[in-house]
Amino acid sequence: MSTRHPCDISIAITGSGGAGAITAGELLLSLAGKNGCFGMMRRSFGPQIRGGEAAAQVRISHVPVECMNDSFDLLLALDWRNAERFAEEIALHQDSLIIADPAAGEVPTAIRDLHHEVIPVPMQALAKDIPAARPNMVALGLLSHWLGFCSDEAGKLIDEVFSKKGEQIRAGSRAAFEAGFTEPLIIEAGEARPRPRRGEPAFDGARWHFNGNQGCGLGAIRGGIRFAAAYPITPASDLLEWLSPRLEQLGGSLVQAEDELASINMVIGASFGGVPSMTATSGPGLALMTEAMGLAVASETPAVVVNVMRGGPSTGIPTKSEQVDLNIALHGLHGDAPHLVLGALDHADCILTTEWAVRLAEALQTVAIVLTDQLLAQSTVLISEPSYELPDINARLVAEPAENYQRYVITENGISPMAIPGTASSTYVADGLEHCESGKPSTAAADHQLQLDKRSRKIEKFDYGEHWADVRGEGVIAILTWGSTTAVVREAARRLEAQGLTVKVIALRLLLPASPKKLTTELAGVERVLVVEQSHSRQFYRYLRAYYDIAVDTHVLARPGPLPITPAEIVGQFESWS
Amino acid sequence: MDQSAATLPLKPKDYKSALKPVWCPGCGDFAVLNAITKALAFMELPREQVALITGIGCSSRIAAYTGVYGFHGVHGRALALASGLKAARPDMKVLVAGGDGDGLSIGGNHFIHACRRNMDLTYIIMDNEVYGMTKGQASPTTAPDWTASKLTPQGSGVRPFQPAGLALTAGASFIARGFTGDPNGLAKMLVAAMEHQGFSFVQVLSPCPTFRPEQMQWKHHVRALDAETTNNPIEAAQRIQADDGMSTGIIFQNRYPVFRPGTGVDAGMGSIESEFLI
Ligand SMILES: Cc1ncc(C[n+]2csc(CCOP(=O)(O)OP(=O)(O)O)c2C)c(N)n1
Ligand code: SF4
Repeated sequence: MSTRHPCDISIAITGSGGAGAITAGELLLSLAGKNGCFGMMRRSFGPQIRGGEAAAQVRISHVPVECMNDSFDLLLALDWRNAERFAEEIALHQDSLIIADPAAGEVPTAIRDLHHEVIPVPMQALAKDIPAARPNMVALGLLSHWLGFCSDEAGKLIDEVFSKKGEQIRAGSRAAFEAGFTEPLIIEAGEARPRPRRGEPAFDGARWHFNGNQGCGLGAIRGGIRFAAAYPITPASDLLEWLSPRLEQLGGSLVQAEDELASINMVIGASFGGVPSMTATSGPGLALMTEAMGLAVASETPAVVVNVMRGGPSTGIPTKSEQVDLNIALHGLHGDAPHLVLGALDHADCILTTEWAVRLAEALQTVAIVLTDQLLAQSTVLISEPSYELPDINARLVAEPAENYQRYVITENGISPMAIPGTASSTYVADGLEHCESGKPSTAAADHQLQLDKRSRKIEKFDYGEHWADVRGEGVIAILTWGSTTAVVREAARRLEAQGLTVKVIALRLLLPASPKKLTTELAGVERVLVVEQSHSRQFYRYLRAYYDIAVDTHVLARPGPLPITPAEIVGQFESWS
Repeated sequence: MDQSAATLPLKPKDYKSALKPVWCPGCGDFAVLNAITKALAFMELPREQVALITGIGCSSRIAAYTGVYGFHGVHGRALALASGLKAARPDMKVLVAGGDGDGLSIGGNHFIHACRRNMDLTYIIMDNEVYGMTKGQASPTTAPDWTASKLTPQGSGVRPFQPAGLALTAGASFIARGFTGDPNGLAKMLVAAMEHQGFSFVQVLSPCPTFRPEQMQWKHHVRALDAETTNNPIEAAQRIQADDGMSTGIIFQNRYPVFRPGTGVDAGMGSIESEFLI
């Protein structure tokens, strides 16, 4: 078995729109899964999301990987159209190999340097000779051979995927794959050069294959979400598309609203009706939702908002990642509006964090904002089946029918029983106006104080347990991070450890309410702190300064997108830090 | 209110809450409250099966004055909130109410989309051609030469919406105009609206004696529509255009497909989790 696992290989497949680079990448990753590997694939689109150019960035390894590597070992170009657009994102190293079709012309200088070996494979010509074949399947064959994957396994996968498209396409795709797999140039090149290093797989067992948007969707329905309303926006739309048929299957529904103002209000209405509800959006949509999130807080109506961050402000860079909606998620609500903000740390964590957020929002009758980003949302991973355990959290506290029902009754833990419409004799009016315990509008100072106290008490006093952060390792150096940079930091920490530097990685999952005491405990004995985030204005660092006591020497690695932060960048911080 | 005292059949007053309305004396909105409670009593709807959703404005305060479930939300978004409730809880009878500013200015987008979505909701706009709550500014139904607002002392200079016409072009399936000077007629109209399958829109001419005292003269201008309800949108459009906006009645009613998302049947998680397995 061991010989079938490539050690740690990063491959980029590029092509113009319609060339099938993404399909080839997806199949390669699936094949890696079937071969017991771990991996990740990042999709990279040009400025036009539809059409235009696309690149699949695939990393395959025998050990779990959850971020992209610093550079690519192999670049396969189906063609060179618009290749400059990707040059920045596809860093090559000295020994990188380029496979390109000679028919596509010279390797552009923006990509190639003197050292790169280029293997010219006539993928277009090979495909032309086979009916219904496409060059991207030839490419899949080349890469599968290169990685030492089993061709039978690949054949089965191709049959599975393409049989839906008709016999001709299935047969053509398979033949094209075979042509690539047995292409003498690749075999020869493979023998002439060091092959990908191989290692034992770290875990046997089945692999899960999903992107962060799907992970959030699964977490949401596991948490009990049965209604969603939303307005399409990149990169959250695929979460909604995933959710829609599955909510239907579960007896719920998703409504496409006229805008985000409508979607969040629909969510509040459905939740008022007793059905756990959510929306998903990205920065511009989140901005539109902030007024109604204040309503959900004031009226104590549970609502979950998954916000998939992208480059901002404004339309910004919609197809690329940045961790820049932290400020608005924390502080965007008007008035004193205690609510929950959570950040998913990696793909598996998208499931956990979203499920947790739903359960918390329901239990605490408030708004929970879940932050993910384009990198998590639209990249696919191949990991072992995620397992996690959430602490027991009470479901929404539903009021029994009662005379003189008081919707906003003051309780010790701040949570008041909520009557669900349809419940006899407990009719009440939910209100965004400040109110007294019955729900009757009130401007009295005492009522305002009592209700503000209650709404903050239920959130502050709740025991969130150990999930506030994910803490790994021990050491006098700690790296503090959140969101999708967590996986990169973890990889950097492994490299630093290999250099003899022990590092503790603290990734904050629960951002609001903050857990300053817990962090202080975790930082005991730590002498230096590095903060890592993908934001130009250091939003996370400023948040840490506002809510926590970090008394030791602190450095910050904060830079904007669109290029993801790499493990090497983080390791590099320690070279200059003496 | 004393919930236990009320047994079916309920009287209109059983649909009121114990709260005293904050409205000015003579405000048209009192009559709307009475008409709603009369209609609910006539339909013998259990209070807990009804929800009244409102936005912000004097008129939107109405939610708290009824004894049904209610949500007094944010300015302009009542229709969206109600649509979510109806989608999640199709068993509830959902009414929506608010002012002309709430529904046609800040909430204008939700209004046209609610018309075309055609969910089974009844929407009442209490039209006083002014922003009452914020002390008298021009609304989308105010005449362009109304100069009594300090914000637009020369008049707004902008031609008003014709709410019924707007609803018609946006695809509403039930369009009516009522008047607070005729609370019984209004109650009947609301019953018809609530019995209608789909989105029913009722524009209620509801005077604001405080900021539009001249509206107290409306009772001399309002008259019954001189034609039967039509199901022909072209005819309806002509009538709306030819009218000064003061005739009352059910202008248009038709059957359009009603939007009811979801099937309500829970087939279980099934293969959802295993989709993630490779
Ligand atoms: C987002 C927002 N903008 C502005 C306001 C202020 N405001 C409250 S009610 C209102 C207009 C009310 O007019 P209308 O809807 O016609 O109702 P009326 O008071 O006349 O019944 C405005 C502008 C607000 N509450 N929220
Ligand atoms: S200001 Fe006008 S609309 Fe508001 S309560 Fe007074 S009369 Fe009614």
